[in-house]
Amino acid sequence: MNIAFSTELICFLILSSVIVAGSLAVVLLENIVYSAFLLGGVFMAVAGLYLLLNASFVAAAQILVYVGAVNVLILFAIMLVNKKEKLKPIEGLKIRKFISGGVCGGLLLLLLRVSITTKWNLPGPTSIGEEATERIGEHLFTDYLLPFELASILLLMAMIGAIVLARRDVSIPTDDINDFKDQKSLSDKKIPLLSETSLK
Amino acid sequence: MNSGIDLEMSFTQGVQNLGLSHELAHLLWIPLPMLLVLVAAVIGVLVTVWLERKISAAAQQRIGPEYAGALGILQPMADGLKLLVKEDIIPAKADSVLFTVGPILVLVPVILSWLIVPFGQNLLISNVGIGIFLWIALSSIQPIGLLMSGYSSNNKYSLLGGLRAAAQSISYEIPLALAVLAIVMMSNSLSTVDIVEQQNTVGFLSWNIWRQPVGFIIFWICALAECERLPFDLPEAEEELVAGYQTEYAGMKFALFYLAGYINLVLSALLVSVLYLGGWGFPISIDWFSSLLGLSISNPLVQIIAGSLGIVMTILKAYLLVFLAILLRWTTPRVRIDQLLDLGWKFLLPISLVNLLVTASLKLAFPMTFGG
Repeated sequence: MNIAFSTELICFLILSSVIVAGSLAVVLLENIVYSAFLLGGVFMAVAGLYLLLNASFVAAAQILVYVGAVNVLILFAIMLVNKKEKLKPIEGLKIRKFISGGVCGGLLLLLLRVSITTKWNLPGPTSIGEEATERIGEHLFTDYLLPFELASILLLMAMIGAIVLARRDVSIPTDDINDFKDQKSLSDKKIPLLSETSLK
Repeated sequence: MNSGIDLEMSFTQGVQNLGLSHELAHLLWIPLPMLLVLVAAVIGVLVTVWLERKISAAAQQRIGPEYAGALGILQPMADGLKLLVKEDIIPAKADSVLFTVGPILVLVPVILSWLIVPFGQNLLISNVGIGIFLWIALSSIQPIGLLMSGYSSNNKYSLLGGLRAAAQSISYEIPLALAVLAIVMMSNSLSTVDIVEQQNTVGFLSWNIWRQPVGFIIFWICALAECERLPFDLPEAEEELVAGYQTEYAGMKFALFYLAGYINLVLSALLVSVLYLGGWGFPISIDWFSSLLGLSISNPLVQIIAGSLGIVMTILKAYLLVFLAILLRWTTPRVRIDQLLDLGWKFLLPISLVNLLVTASLKLAFPMTFGG
């Protein structure tokens, strides 16, 4: 066993144990903030696995998208509504936990069986390393063009939806703001968003 | 293409001559550049802190540090020593684990990003193919550390500061990445070494700043915002938030934030010089110069002079930009948070998209000058 191989093995063991322990903790911890931070750790460990597979571009993209965007947004959402109040106890929580645990365990067994019984083609194709970036770009703009464009349309739709949801209602005519006597009329004059008058 | 000086090869060969295996020689080599870059980063910070003190003093018609060493050069060391021996306080109601991990998460990605800063043809830790993309990915980890320290301090100013810092760095990352993308498109490579090589064909006339003036300004503004320097230091705005996410920190943990801020500033300046100002390139092409003197470019003397000139040029360009950043800090007022976000989303983002589009069309129209 040479040095390169043993380093790779040690890295793999550390990363996979981090992923397993981390994702268990994400699900099982009571404190939601800890869960969110640990989720970031799990994403980073996954990026580490990609690095071990010589897929540096995918690893960097994983960090950029999952850690830098998704996880930060989750944290943002948690911290902006950070209320320290006890949640109402839910009825039959134990049975629910038991059932969901059973479903997850069954899924795990199924996946384990698949991974053991499948004949993996080992060793896989040699990695192309640095060329991977160009290859990904080629694929995205040739044979995967349609899914790529569809995904961008999906994201655009999500973005427009978010803007419509988050936008505060209507423009208030300026003379209404200066009208101190009739403050109540402000709320009455709200025109629904995207109605004909507001689009003028 | 000449390979220039390859320190790694000569080192591993030297060690192998002592009777060690190739792998062991490589293993011995690995920590050396890392250590060197770490030391370089810390020295860069010390110099920047001294410059900051001296220039701010000059801007306010004071003298500034004077007694610690000649012209107060040792003042940053004294600052560092003070922070090192200061008591490390964790507030009673703070979350001690997150409170400790936060500053580390802020500092580590910044130091890791030094991996890709080239000081010469072979003078960087690793010429990774994804180069500049690695920096963008790493700098997106920082907001998590800021949110973590803001949340764990159990202080409303800290939480607000952390949220502001994260919002700011997310919104300025996009125009920054788009500005970098325009450069990448012109040089057909993500690697920092290739980006610099492509700029150094005919001296300073081929630097990217002439082809990407808008991108240069966008990148510089965004870099300042990412470093939380005035006029964009909203997350730690004293009048509103005491010190933002740093409020509860003292001693070494505060020093980590301090260090991260200044290392990030030097790093951004270095990257601006790499992306737009020709990196290690001398304003006049070295090839032309050596042929004028009748020396071959592979001559060892020329190689050594060119190598050291490259390091000096990179640092000189970077520190000119650091000087500019310091001058901006002490002469401009702070923007408001809504102005900051407006500038990011409504001005820089559209401009950088247009810049990308124009670059793409220019590349199609003039493949010679815009790297077809």
